[in-house]
Order: sequence, then structure tokens, then C-alpha cells
Amino acid sequence: MATHQQAKKQRSRADWLLLILGVVLGSAFGFWITPTILYAEKPQPFQFDHKIHLEQVDDGCKSCHTFREDGSFTGIPDIESCKECHSADEALGEDPAEKEFMKYLQADQPIPWLVYSRQPDCVFFSHAAHSENAGFECSRCHGDHGQSTSLRPYEYNRITGYSRDIWGKGPIGLSGPPHRMKMDDCAKCHRENGVNGACFVCHK
Amino acid sequence: MWRKDQVRYGMVIDVDKCTGCGACSVACMSENNVGVLHDETDKIKSITWLRVYQIDNGKPFPDTEVAFFPRPCMHCQGGESGTPGQGFFQEDTDPDAAHTPCVSVCPATATDYDDATGIVSQIPTRCIGCRYCVAACPYHARYFNWYDVPWPKGTPRALSPFVSPRMRGVVEKCTFCYPRLQQAKNKTFLDGSEVGEMDYQTACTEACPSGAITFGQLQDPGHKVHKLIKTDHAFRMLEKLGTNPKVYYTSKRKWVRMLADNHLSQAKAAKAAASGGH
Repeated sequence: MATHQQAKKQRSRADWLLLILGVVLGSAFGFWITPTILYAEKPQPFQFDHKIHLEQVDDGCKSCHTFREDGSFTGIPDIESCKECHSADEALGEDPAEKEFMKYLQADQPIPWLVYSRQPDCVFFSHAAHSENAGFECSRCHGDHGQSTSLRPYEYNRITGYSRDIWGKGPIGLSGPPHRMKMDDCAKCHRENGVNGACFVCHK
Repeated sequence: MWRKDQVRYGMVIDVDKCTGCGACSVACMSENNVGVLHDETDKIKSITWLRVYQIDNGKPFPDTEVAFFPRPCMHCQGGESGTPGQGFFQEDTDPDAAHTPCVSVCPATATDYDDATGIVSQIPTRCIGCRYCVAACPYHARYFNWYDVPWPKGTPRALSPFVSPRMRGVVEKCTFCYPRLQQAKNKTFLDGSEVGEMDYQTACTEACPSGAITFGQLQDPGHKVHKLIKTDHAFRMLEKLGTNPKVYYTSKRKWVRMLADNHLSQAKAAKAAASGGH
């Protein structure tokens, strides 16, 4: 018993330093190295300036991101929508991205955009319910994506293949947009607003 | 517990009209991305959300009569139910009395009873595959995925994007084609309308060539099902269990109605009573 107490007293400054170092290294591994290993990056097909486009249109996000008659959301506009302003004959700008874009336009090929906010297959999300019925601004979930001047690389989980935006950038949810789009986040908002929280409301 | 602002979707199947062709089963499999396994002769392991059962009156020729029972998920609620004579679908006013056999046993909350629609969900991604619900369901409406579906090359492209395909190790069942309601609701959000009777119909209802299946809101007097469940010929399967199913059957043949509730014949009942069994 006596020797045990003695050993406790003999804990030196180096011991404490080692402990702190361990905590710091462990945290670094958990918060920094693990996400780096877990997520891979892919570049978008070419750069896109949301801000410059938003300045040209009248109806905000809804000018290009529209609803179909049946209430489904078109998501990222197809090349036909681009053609409403852009023509295959002449580029409108000098940007190197424009050159890339012209290739798709001339070939009349769809642009293989990577969707940051694509949910897993089992999720049913109705844009109509949120933006039309509940009257949410797009930025409430998508952040200031509409004001961005470039597209950040698409990050995806190496194991599941899902976009990192669903998980959210901040590991403890303190950082800003892109906002987390996990089931807990959907359920939290539904609970707070008294919206039906049954499984089939969001699952298919 | 049903409130006035909530709806209760249900189905009425006319057994006398059913020819047992199986078009409903095929439509169901196609709609809900149910695959074909390597060995579909193994009926214990094959998956049929809507299965057609054949029953007969047990009499020798020429008095033999046959009837077919298409069996989707019954979307049980439990509690005190209204009698067929009363017609109206009733639910217990005490929420604690509500008892859906599969929902009450699920340890993972992978299935729930939606109070807004009366539909029992199944979330395969949450299912842990314990098959407790399969054992609890009195109607054998739940199926376990013993294998991954061996989709032939190219066929996944033909799957419905509105229904998530399942993997091995999870349970699945009829959902009353819920994704169709999701799509119908989508439209109402945009134009402010209501989901009408014909806006949401199940795949089996649409596929039935003899019009034996009717689908709609049980509590809405404007819907066909509301009138059909008021007839004297309406009944439900194993009604005496108190599961309060939302799938009704109609038949003018008494022996069909008797058999559906698993009534013992007089002779068998006497024999059972004599032996002390039940």
C-alpha cells in the first residue's frame, strides 16, 4: 500500500507531458488523419461559377434548378437548359472552363457532374415538400453554394461511396456549410417542426 | 389511434372475382424490384410480397369449389376493430392498445406504424435480420432475403429508381406501393391539390385483369373501398386474432368467409373439444 502511494507521488513532469502528447496525437489521428484516409477526392468535370450565373438570371436558383410537372426535382440542369443561353458555335467567355464546356455542348453530351448532396439509395427526399410547401430557402441546407465562384472537389467515402457532404465537414457539427444531411439532422428538424417522423416519410 | 385529419389506406379484394392468374404478383415484383433467385422452386426461400393462395371447400367432386386469396401485407393496427356489419374501419382510441404484431417485436425499429396513413413500413437498411417479425406475422407476409438477388448483367438498369433494392440478410414486405404515394404527394406540394383516389393506386390494383382489387382510403366516404367494406360479404383474414387488418376480402360464398377466419368444421371442433385440445 505504501509503495503504491509512493509511486503516485513520483509521477514526474515528463509523465504528464507524455499524457498530453498522447491525447494530442490521438485527437490528431481521429479528427485529421482518419478523415483523410476515409475520404477520397474527385474533381468536377470542369469549373462552374454559380455567382456569375446567378447574376444573369431573374428567378434565382429556380431559373435553372426547376421542378417537373409531376412535382419531382430536376436537380442539376441538363445540357438543353444550358443551351437556352449558350450556343455551340461561340463561347461566351474567356475562361478555360468554358473551353471544356464547349466540348460537351458541341457533342450534345450530358455533363457528368458529381452531386455533392446525393443521398443513399434508400432515402426519399422531396424538394417540393421543403422549398414549396415549407418555404425553405435553398441555402438553408445547401449553404451559400449559389454564391460560390468555383466548385470544390467532390469528396466521397472510400467504403460507402457516399458524398462527404452528407456527413458534414465538421466532425462535431460546429463548422458552417456544407450542412450535415444525415438522418439525425432530418429527424431533428422534423421533430422541431412537428412534421410526421414515420420511417416511410423519408425512406423508400 | 385514428384522428379525423388522418387517412387510412386499405384494400378490398373480391375473392369471387379473382381467377388466380397471378398478374398482381408479377406486377408487384416488377414494381418493387423483387428479384428472381437461382432456385425459385424453393418456396421457403423465394420472395413474393403478394402471394396468391389457393383454397378449396374440401368436398369431393363434383361439389369441389376453389377460391384464390391474393395476400399482401395486411397493415395491421390491432386494438378493438369494427365488425364487418358496422363496415367502417375502426381503430382503438387508446394508443397503447394499438398492436401491430411485427412492429411490436422489432428490436431495431426497422418497421413502424405510420399514424398519418395507417401503413406499416419496412426499412431494410435498418433491419438486422433477426426475423422476429417474420415469426410474429400471422399472415406470412414478411420475407427474409436469404441471398443477394443474382441480377443478370444489365438488368439493374431496368429497376425502379423509386424503390430501393434489398440485400441479403434483411426482411422485406408489401408496402402498399408507398413510393407511389411519395410521388403523388410530391405533385400536391407543387400545385396545392390533395392526393385523390386515383392518384395513389397500388401496382397490383392496376394490374388485376378482373378488377378484383380495389384500393383507397377506408375512412373516406367518397372512396370505393369505404362502400365495399360496409357490405355483409366483407371480412378479413384471421379476424379473430384482433390484428385489425386493413386488407378486406369480399365473397358471397359462406365457406370462403368461414375458412378465412380459420373456423373449424363442426365435426373437427367437437373432436378437438373431446381431446382437450384447442
